[in-house]
Amino acid sequence: MSTDTSPAIELRGASKTFRTPSGGLHTAVCGLDLTVRRGEFVAVVGPTGCGKSTTLTLVSGLEEPSEGEVLVAGEPVDGVGDKVGFVFQQDATFPWRTVLSNVMAGPRFRGVPKAEARQRAREWLARVGLAAFEDRYPHQLSGGQRKRVALAATFVNDPEILLMDEPFSALDVQTRALMSDELLELWEGTGASVVFVTHDLEESIALADKVVVMTAGPATVKQVFDIDLPRPRKVESVRLEPRFIEIYREIWESLGEEVRITRERGAAHVA
Amino acid sequence: MSPEVLSTPVVDTVRNPGRARSRAQAARRRKVVVNAARALLLVAVLGLWEALSRAAVIDPFNFSMPSKIWDQISSWVTHGTAQGSLGEQIWYTLHEALLGWAIGVVAGVVFGIALGRIAFLADVLGPYIKVLNSLPRIVLAPIFVIWFGLGPASKVASAVVLVFFPVFFNAFQGAREVDRNLVANARILGASDRKVTLQVVVPSATSWIFTSLHVSFGFALIGAIVGEYIGATKGIGLLVAASQGTFNAAGVYAAMVILAVVALLAEGLLTFAERRIFRWKPANSDR
Repeated sequence: MSTDTSPAIELRGASKTFRTPSGGLHTAVCGLDLTVRRGEFVAVVGPTGCGKSTTLTLVSGLEEPSEGEVLVAGEPVDGVGDKVGFVFQQDATFPWRTVLSNVMAGPRFRGVPKAEARQRAREWLARVGLAAFEDRYPHQLSGGQRKRVALAATFVNDPEILLMDEPFSALDVQTRALMSDELLELWEGTGASVVFVTHDLEESIALADKVVVMTAGPATVKQVFDIDLPRPRKVESVRLEPRFIEIYREIWESLGEEVRITRERGAAHVA
Repeated sequence: MSPEVLSTPVVDTVRNPGRARSRAQAARRRKVVVNAARALLLVAVLGLWEALSRAAVIDPFNFSMPSKIWDQISSWVTHGTAQGSLGEQIWYTLHEALLGWAIGVVAGVVFGIALGRIAFLADVLGPYIKVLNSLPRIVLAPIFVIWFGLGPASKVASAVVLVFFPVFFNAFQGAREVDRNLVANARILGASDRKVTLQVVVPSATSWIFTSLHVSFGFALIGAIVGEYIGATKGIGLLVAASQGTFNAAGVYAAMVILAVVALLAEGLLTFAERRIFRWKPANSDR
């Protein structure tokens, strides 16, 4: 199989079972089939706690599937590869490193000489608009600025595959829209394939080429929707378009049912 | 953190300069009052001690008095002690304590991080370390004197065993409690296991380790002093033992005062170093 024609990411019947602290088994993902083409932006939506994040850890190589196969660029995933970038939900900047040093971390870990790493880091810092902040420590930045550092630190490694786990969920609404636009701009220059996990349907439609709706946990793919909104998009204006609202209604019919199931389960659990 | 820093009001200079000034004044006044009260308390305690001792309400032979302690210190400073100059005794003890502290800290950090990172090692060695920790390790001091003789080596050894455990447990805990996200992020960014340990786990654990450094320097001094007390040729512990042997209570107290000053100076140096190393931390955190 040639690596050039194979899809960027392929999950074939992937399942992941965790052992819970009380000794039981918890199936987070079950029989998941998903294909992401090269350069495609795929958003994954589903009810909270359904196992969306687990899907990303399987693709990243941080966790191994209990069953099934995970392929990246046609090759089975074996440990953390060098093609993958991951933006986490929580802050994952190194607090003891300056902004510049944080962005340099990836290339330095991969053995790039210091001078070159510094130069590449400065380029990406300029692109996310933090060139003036390179000597600051993360605690001196706002939440949005820290997310920009995380984006620069991820993009500086030139990932072919970008995994994002609700990256903007901790930000306020305005910052979030701004960051979404910036993400689209940064991504359009790279040709990377993106899997963007979120529970925010609006965000997923505004960003993605394809929206994957997951079932209530254990997660599996319920339905895949193609988003035919033209690019380049601006997050704030695209959601006012009639086509956007049409798509939203269509997907919500599918997603809403899963959300309801999750909620009823939660209620049953409490009772 | 000292109490007057805790209660310093946040001054809003931009909106209300008049009120800000009066607040700053109040804060300054409070600081003066606190310092004056501290000085007064010290004078009162020392004065009471002196007075009671002079009036023979408490036995001056056993309890001595501040003026005699002061005389003892100044005579040690000017005429030297029976074992040589006072500076030499201090240097001797400090030297033993520092050496023992350094060895104990390095060993504690290395073992702590290693066991924190390698679960197999932790499972195998864990119970033994718990057993060793539960021993009252100060009783090892006489054994070390037998093993290593009256020289500095036996004091260094007792300082090491006292320092090792608190540093070890803190480093171990620090390595265990590293933010999983940071480790995952480092691995995704391309860090090898070794780099994760050196560049993520060790820096994360430094605040844990530093907490133990403060306590453990005190332990190092205790180890050195007890070792000297049991048997030595030089050092402050020997001063204590010699003063006790000649029923010189003032000498024992004087040695204690000198030790306290040495320990405070060391503590100050450590705090200074900590400030430099933890520049990346938010200024208004726990310190």
